[in-house]
Order: sequence, then structure tokens, then C-alpha cells
Amino acid sequence: MSEAVATQLSGWGRTTPTVAQLVEANSPSQIANLITQSSSRGVLARGLGRSYGDAAQSGGATVVDMTTMTDFSLNPENMSVTADAGASIDNILREIVPRGFFVPVSAGTRIITVGGAIAADVHGKNHHRDGSFGAHVTEMVIINGRGEQLTLTPENPQFWATIGGMGLTGIITSATFTVIPIQSSYISVDTERLKDLESIMSSMLERDHEYRYTVAWIDSVSPSGRGVITRGDHATIAQCDSEGIKNPESYDPKKIASAPGLVPPVLLNKLSVRAFNEGWYRKHPRSRTGELQRIGAFFHPLDGVHDWNRIYGPRGFLQYQFQVPDSASDLIGVVLNKLREIGAPSFLTVLKRFGPGNQAPLSFPQSGWTLAADLPAGISELGRTLDQLDELISAVGGRLYLAKDSRQSPANFARTYPRLDEWRGIRDTMDPNHVFASDLSRRLEI
Amino acid sequence: MLDALGEPQSVLVLGGTSEIALATIKEMPRHRLRRVLLAGRPSESLDAAVAQLKALNIAGVEPIEFDAKNTDTHGAIIDAAFDASDIDVVILAFGVLGDQMTAEEDPSHAVEIATVNYTGSVSAGLHVARRLKNQGHGTLVVLSSVAGDRARRSNFVYGSTKAGLDAFAQGLDASLEKTGAHVLIVRPGFVRTRMTSHLPEAPMTTNPEDVAKIIVTALKKGKSTVYAPGPLRFVMAGLKTLPKPLFRKLPS
Repeated sequence: MSEAVATQLSGWGRTTPTVAQLVEANSPSQIANLITQSSSRGVLARGLGRSYGDAAQSGGATVVDMTTMTDFSLNPENMSVTADAGASIDNILREIVPRGFFVPVSAGTRIITVGGAIAADVHGKNHHRDGSFGAHVTEMVIINGRGEQLTLTPENPQFWATIGGMGLTGIITSATFTVIPIQSSYISVDTERLKDLESIMSSMLERDHEYRYTVAWIDSVSPSGRGVITRGDHATIAQCDSEGIKNPESYDPKKIASAPGLVPPVLLNKLSVRAFNEGWYRKHPRSRTGELQRIGAFFHPLDGVHDWNRIYGPRGFLQYQFQVPDSASDLIGVVLNKLREIGAPSFLTVLKRFGPGNQAPLSFPQSGWTLAADLPAGISELGRTLDQLDELISAVGGRLYLAKDSRQSPANFARTYPRLDEWRGIRDTMDPNHVFASDLSRRLEI
Repeated sequence: MLDALGEPQSVLVLGGTSEIALATIKEMPRHRLRRVLLAGRPSESLDAAVAQLKALNIAGVEPIEFDAKNTDTHGAIIDAAFDASDIDVVILAFGVLGDQMTAEEDPSHAVEIATVNYTGSVSAGLHVARRLKNQGHGTLVVLSSVAGDRARRSNFVYGSTKAGLDAFAQGLDASLEKTGAHVLIVRPGFVRTRMTSHLPEAPMTTNPEDVAKIIVTALKKGKSTVYAPGPLRFVMAGLKTLPKPLFRKLPS
């Protein structure tokens, strides 16, 4: 049995580290023992640490590093993958893409675990038609707060409480999810560059349904809210052949660069962000169709840069991601304006349409729009401004994504997740003593 | 829990009527605070401190009974405060100035000053450190004083208690390395408070609000020692190395 080691843990935003007892997972029975013998600080599973805020850390608790249990297997006949919770989407893709399959939902990074994808109920560029990751899970094995192993399927309320449940219903040890067939490791991408936010949003409303994948990048510095929409579908063999691509099924994404450990904060300021946004906007043609991009370039462009989160310096950064219904689509512009007003420089501002949500009580996506912006934590007035934006968003029935959140108030969380009490009821059947705890659950009084 | 911007949700003040501590709480973003515990001997001034913060719409303000001299009770009181929920910032703010001349004539008065300022702080500080370590995060703010940097004729009993407290806090911080808990030592100069209202003002005098701003900024930046005002650091560095004959000639 591996030893617990006092370890400082933080989220991807590197903002508020705490120290926990980190233990490597090695078997379901070991995990069950850790749960039944836990201290009053509790237990939490941690995957690859890509949630931005405090979801995968728990001060003083036993944190189980799941990335040591990584087995998985593809079942091509019924088009599914059964994986240990600690298996990474990265490794799964390396195995299944050359064999003609792809994950049903891919987040903006493939450096996440299956357990994390379920716990955060991650979404991707196909949410408008395929929903979030949890909708494609057919079975999972979880160890509850009493140390009992449960096998859950979509018929169980506990299954849905675990999807989007941020690891607070138990520790998932393995899961089965469906995969989709693909002909190549390329995406056929159509690009549309538009001069203002209004044109971007109306184009997305009109044409998103024509594609499996779509997303818009917004120039957060430009007052017009100009940006670039990229849309794509898995490329067929015929498309690859006509472009002269050899080995269209090959897939081997590599790291292309590493962010320097210490970036002087002066490099990340309004000027550099303005220059980046200008360049990124100009880089894209006004309109282009049928460009073949590799899966890595289309879905996970930042995974090519190792530790890119370090560019924000010692204070770290946060990602503000919210959702609003179509009836409040004007809030997208309001938020962009407000962030520009306080001079919050964001390289990465992403707009996406959501399709209907699923039945998980704490799942984030709901029909409408979602916007995500990366913001350095050191900006003055940021806290107050984001609180004001939280108010506007909650007033129209919108909410924040827990996998990104690192600062909303408990009241805002409770108001915007109206099924919280229902979820708590199910959680209490799985974990009556609230053994599972994270810094997020303490901060939001979940 | 602290949020991503370093804004605390819960604060415990040991010495709940301290003007510097109350000003520090007022300087923290009010919308984020969920629980503010003011620990002190039951008194009208403690009630007034609670009322003062409540009037500002700060949530969860509560008095708790605490006596710095009753070190036997510290463990249970601090445990109860932490058992209810995590505490992000603990401000160790109790202390008495005493009267130097009285202390010299009546050593029992000196013992009283030492018991509150040093013994009480060591006891409470160790209990707090144990709980911060257990929760894997949090900061203990220790209100030290420049009076501890070099003993002066005019207030060396008080100064020596702060010197002891300061050394204790430095060592405590070292003991908490890699536990997620931190100590912030604050060394104010002359601050206009009840404690000093009968004394002539020294150069570089500040108000509790000024010290509060320095504390809140230092907490966000994760500093371990700050002077208030900041430039006092250089003044004290000079004074500490001044030859004794010169130092003793300075106006006290």
C-alpha cells in the first residue's frame, strides 16, 4: 500500500493551493479502505488536475491520485470503451483513433481522466447536438462513502448524481462509455471570420446545426466583439484522399513547446493581449471551407504547449465560464464589455451554443449560450466585477461551470443550481457522513 | 476557503476588540465573508465590536468567549471555532501596552503584560497552528510591534514581550513550512488607537486603517513579514545597528 505524502495541490489556474495527504490509487479495495479509515477532513479523488479552480484539491484530506490506475479496452463490436477512472482521454485516443473510433465528447484538453470527465460532466464543440460526456456513459463502478462498491447505470438516480457531481458522491473506479466511428484522424473545417459579435451569434444560430462541431473565438479586446467561427466534421477517407493525405488514420499528437517557468508579468498585459488577439484574428481567412486539420489541432490546440497555465505568473488565473438561455443572449455582449472596461486581458475567449442539458442535477450545460474567458487573478476590481456579472447571469437563469469556478459565492451557487437539494438527497444516500469533500465543496457549502 | 482572488470567507480574531483587527476585517471584501468570530472577554466593547461589523452587513459575525490569560481554555475554544468550519485567517491581536514605570516598581504588573502578550500568544498561536496544519491551509496574522526590534528605555517590558512574540512567530512560520499554513508577522510602528491615545505621537504614526490595508495586501501576496508603514523596515534596520551610545541618546 502506497504511503500518503503531504502535497500542495492546486487547480489548473494555480490560484489557491492547499496541502493534502496524497495517496496513489492501486486497487478498488485500497480505495475502499482509505474511505472507511479517513480522517474528519475526508477523501477526494484527483485526476489530471485540469479543473481550473478548487474542485480537485482538499486541504488536510486524503486525496487519491487516480492517475495510477489507467487500464482501458475498446470493444469495437458494441462501440464502447471500458476504462479505469484514471485512464486519460489522451491515451484512449492514441489507442482508438487509429482503429477508427473517437470519444463521444472531447473537451478543450485531452489531458483529462475518464473519472474527471464524468465528475465534471465535460462538454465539447458538439454539445449542441450530442450533449455532454455523461450522456454517453452507460455504466460506472463507484465506491460510496461507506466503502461499498456500486455498479450504476442510467436507471439509477445515483448515476446521475455522480455525473457532474464533482467527485462528491464517491470515487469512480471504472466506467464504460460509447465511442463513435470515424474514417480518419482529420477534421474537415470551415472557417468564418466575422466583424462583430452580432454577426457571430446569428451565424451560429443559423448554421451550427449543419456541423457536428462548432465553436467561436472572440477577440476580447475589440469593442465590436469580432471573432472567428470554426466548424467541422470528421473527414471521410475520400476527403483525405482528395487532399493527398497518406495514412489518414494515423494519430500521434506531440508537444510542440513548453511555456517558460517564469514569465515576467509585464509580458502578459493589455498590449500583449491586444497584439495576440489582433494577430489571431488576422491569421484566419474571411472564409474557408474544407480545410483538413488534425484532431489535436482542432480540438486541443493548447495541449501542444506544455504547462501553458504558467504564463499567468505566480498569482495564477481563473476561467470565467457561464451559461445563459437564448432569452438572455444579450448578456454575452454585456459581459464582454464589462471585462474590457476593467482591462481584464483574455487571450482565450470562447463562445459556444449549448443544446439541451441532461438529467444530472448538477450538470452545467443547458440550452443557450456559453462564454469562457481566461483572466489573470491579479487584476484589481476583478472580484467585485465578476460578482456583479454573477448577479446578472443568475437573474436570467444562467450559471457558472463548477469545473472552472474558483470564486463564486455559496448563495450564487445555490440559486443557480435549483436542483441542489434533490442532489443532496441522493448524495446523502451514497455518502451520509460527507466523507467526500473538496475545497470547492467547502467554499460553496455543498 | 479563500477564493481564487485570495479573498477570505472566514476570519477568527483573538482579541476581538482590537482596532487594527476590526479595521482589517472592514478592509476585506465584505461580500465574500461568511463567518467572522470575535474572541475576547465578554464586555461592552466586545459587543460594540460585533455590532459595528454587523452594521456593515458583514455576515456571520459572532462573539466568542476567550481570555488570553486563561491558557488552559485556549485549546477547547480554538477547536470549537475550527470544528464548525475551516478558518482562512486568524488574527492574533490581543495585547496590552501596560505602564513601564508601574511595571518597574511592581514586577507583578510586568508579569501581567508578559502573560497576556507573550504567554497567551504562545498558547493560542500553537493551538491555532495545529488546526491550520490539520486543514492544510490558512494564515495566522500575528500583530507584533517595532517595539520588539530593539528594546528601548521607555517601554522595554512591552517591547520584550513583542520581541519574544515575534521570535516565536518566526519559528512557528518555519514549523509550518509545506503544511499549507502560513504566518504573517505584522510590525506596526506607532498606531493611533485606544492603547496609545495617552501617549505623544512618534514619527511615522499611522491609523488602524492604514495597517489594515497593509495586512490585507500582504495576505493576498502571501508575505511573511510586513512593517506598517512599509518604510519603517528601513528605519528599524538602521536603528537596530546603531551603536548603543547613539541609540540611547535618541529621544524616547
